[in-house]
Amino acid sequence: MTTTSRWRALSRHHLFWPVAVLVVLLLVNVPFTPDFFSVKMTDGHLYGSLVSIVLFGSPLILVAVGMTLVIATGGIDLSVGAVVAITGALTCSYISDQADQDALSGVLLAMGIGLAAAVVCGLWNGFLVARMGIQPIIATLIIMVAGRGVAQLITDGQIITVNSEPYKLIGGGYWLTLPFSIFVVAAVVAVTVALTRRTALGLLVESVGGNAEASRLVGIRSRRIKIMVYVFCALCAGIAGLMISSNTSAADGNNAGLWIELDAILAVVIGGTSLLGGRFSVGGTVVGALVIQTLTTTIYTIGVPTQTNLVFKAAVVIIVCLMQSPKFRAKVFGGGRFGGRRGDRQAATPADTAPAPEAVRTMEVS
Amino acid sequence: MAEPLPVLEMTGIVKEFPGVRALSGVDFRLFPGEIHALLGENGAGKSTLIKVLTGVYSLDGGTVTLNGTPVRFHSPSQAQQAGISTVYQEVNLCPNLSVAENILIGREPTRFGRIQWKRLRREAAELVDRLGLDIDVDAPLSSYPLAVQQLVAIVRSVGTGDSDGPGSGTRVLILDEPTSSLDRDEVLELFALMRRLKDQGVAILFVSHFLDQIYEVCDRMTVLRNGALVGEHLVRDLDQVGLVQLMIGKALDQLEELHDHQLHADVGESLLTADGVGRTGRIAPFDLEIKKGEVVGLAGLLGSGRTELARLLFGADQPDSGKVTIGGRQVPMSAPNDAIAAGVAFCSENRRAEGLVPDLTVRENIVLALQAARGWTRPVPAAQRDELVAKYIKALDIRPADPEARVGQLSGGNQQKVLLARWLITQPKLLILDEPTRGIDIGAKAEIQKLVVSLSEDGMAVLYIAAELEEVLRLSHTIGVLRDRKLVAKLANGPEITPTRILETIASGEHQ
Repeated sequence: MTTTSRWRALSRHHLFWPVAVLVVLLLVNVPFTPDFFSVKMTDGHLYGSLVSIVLFGSPLILVAVGMTLVIATGGIDLSVGAVVAITGALTCSYISDQADQDALSGVLLAMGIGLAAAVVCGLWNGFLVARMGIQPIIATLIIMVAGRGVAQLITDGQIITVNSEPYKLIGGGYWLTLPFSIFVVAAVVAVTVALTRRTALGLLVESVGGNAEASRLVGIRSRRIKIMVYVFCALCAGIAGLMISSNTSAADGNNAGLWIELDAILAVVIGGTSLLGGRFSVGGTVVGALVIQTLTTTIYTIGVPTQTNLVFKAAVVIIVCLMQSPKFRAKVFGGGRFGGRRGDRQAATPADTAPAPEAVRTMEVS
Repeated sequence: MAEPLPVLEMTGIVKEFPGVRALSGVDFRLFPGEIHALLGENGAGKSTLIKVLTGVYSLDGGTVTLNGTPVRFHSPSQAQQAGISTVYQEVNLCPNLSVAENILIGREPTRFGRIQWKRLRREAAELVDRLGLDIDVDAPLSSYPLAVQQLVAIVRSVGTGDSDGPGSGTRVLILDEPTSSLDRDEVLELFALMRRLKDQGVAILFVSHFLDQIYEVCDRMTVLRNGALVGEHLVRDLDQVGLVQLMIGKALDQLEELHDHQLHADVGESLLTADGVGRTGRIAPFDLEIKKGEVVGLAGLLGSGRTELARLLFGADQPDSGKVTIGGRQVPMSAPNDAIAAGVAFCSENRRAEGLVPDLTVRENIVLALQAARGWTRPVPAAQRDELVAKYIKALDIRPADPEARVGQLSGGNQQKVLLARWLITQPKLLILDEPTRGIDIGAKAEIQKLVVSLSEDGMAVLYIAAELEEVLRLSHTIGVLRDRKLVAKLANGPEITPTRILETIASGEHQ
């Protein structure tokens, strides 16, 4: 294998572009923060920009991983931000009612109640989408809007603060020198990968998203699968909600997880999962979420004025999306030298020969 | 015949995909006012040649000249503007729009940026009229059967750049398998349309797997094999046997074997009984019995209810009357799962929309039905899965023999084999095949028919639907004849049953 062909094989890997973008974004920080990559040990805790990125990116990774499965079935879940708020509000209000906020059993029960509420939200979404046949974007819009109201009702429109050591651990604590959130995220990602790739769930999800009618005719119980992914997505959002409220020791029904659904969708797309459904990549989504978090961090470190930081973010996102488009790369770099991602979907044409991926992907769609 | 200048000439065409040389130095010419057949097995390079010509694929070598001027198209729309229009095998129209909108989509008459609806309808109606067709342009396209949709696609394609008469703008019309979903009358209508266009000087490139049709309508043919040119002949100079030998590059023993085949006699006990099963508006209540090891063929014109009958027996549509008993147990048929659990498998006629998951690999597509039956918690163990997949790729000769290939990239015949493999690994008791040989080449066709024979010999019941009566006759023990969405006759196959006899039954609608 020559260097060129190895490079080409590498550039075709479905994680190549997301990782490349992440690396570039990280490097951009170095001129502004020379010790960007250094990690220091203070008081038995690891500190550094990289650790912070993962720590602050944790809720987004969780939400995006759940979102990945929903999107793979051809759906979308706009309600995750509201679920974050509901879970945080319920858990915090339960803890704040406790006489002893540091009691582990009380905290665990509170978290259980919060997550149960998330599961109920997921069931509702799944019911509307799979049973009632409502379009996912509309079905999940209901909780996106109404859910914030529910969260406000729970907190009486106030920001509930808690002062609970055990609860603080999830979003703000440390374990084995690292933020505890990182372990939670690692566990959720590992469970997701195992759930989808060690069982047949991943295949069935991709089949339902790739061709719903064919899946029905092959005997896949697609309703059940869809309800499962919406519940799973809501559960992930619920855990993210615990993390966010734990980190600030407060539940803010209005702002907790605000717009996180959009970042999550973006993370999924950057990670190489098509919004049309079908093939998905959990690994890609994790990288995608890290890209977005790194971008947010970068905006602060390079000192983009606050009032323009959304514009800056938008510009970077546009560039990232363009870089990921095989068509754009073919135009700019010429000849479609770089293969596309796995998730690319051009209408598969019944061809006489097995056509090359590039040929199909770079063709003009007229 | 003095040869005029070709309207289109392709010389030394080369097209490469990584690892595959799809076309190696193919020459092709097309004269005005001729119908030219492009022939070859699946994978011979026909579609690739057409796609290179129409700018879907870029060219890796060779030249294309149109009316003596070298051209190079980078997109289908460029080719269309230059007067090369294409109608593909699968209808690429919008079923939810009206016929008129479909015909003129993309070039609607506008004034001040607004679409002139009246004029749009009038122009579409005129175009349909001039081409001698009887289609209501205001009706939604989806209200017409696939066959008429195909004709609309041709009208649309011919109408491109059409200002002073039908086809005035189109100099080259490419028809890729236009007849694969048409019945005999519709084929004749299409041929009449083709001849009219030919008389107006349009050069027509015609791709079809039906050799009889080639001989009926074409003047000249070009044969490809494995991406190379085998020869260009006048149709009257080459007989069918010679042609098939050119196409497959070997003698016809494989096909002859089938012709000599005798139906095996050991049909077993009853497997499936349908009592008064029907669905309003789809098919009238019918009774049908299928026995173990029996092949039941369904004959009838397109739209006569063949597919509808099959779908009811699979639960793909829910019957609203009658009951289905499989193996002595009544099956509710409220969803395909019920039928699948009872051992029924169904390969839809619509491979792309109802069969394949194009994004997934060959392996994943093959294992899908088995996996669905096991549920998500019990994945097929990797070793067992790989072994099964390898076994069926080999047994059915699926090419490329790569379980990792994306199924959307396979040729039609190989996609059909993937679907067959998907169901065969579930070891069904009844296999329903709806047009399994449509749009696939003659070699794969023979293989699939042989497979049906050997499966039934092993005791599997098969419900076989095909447009070609000979095909149904050759394979079936019993032939169900459908007419106007009604099962009108069940004939036991025998020497006295001929295609003519079946046609008479279809025509009279009576059991004789």
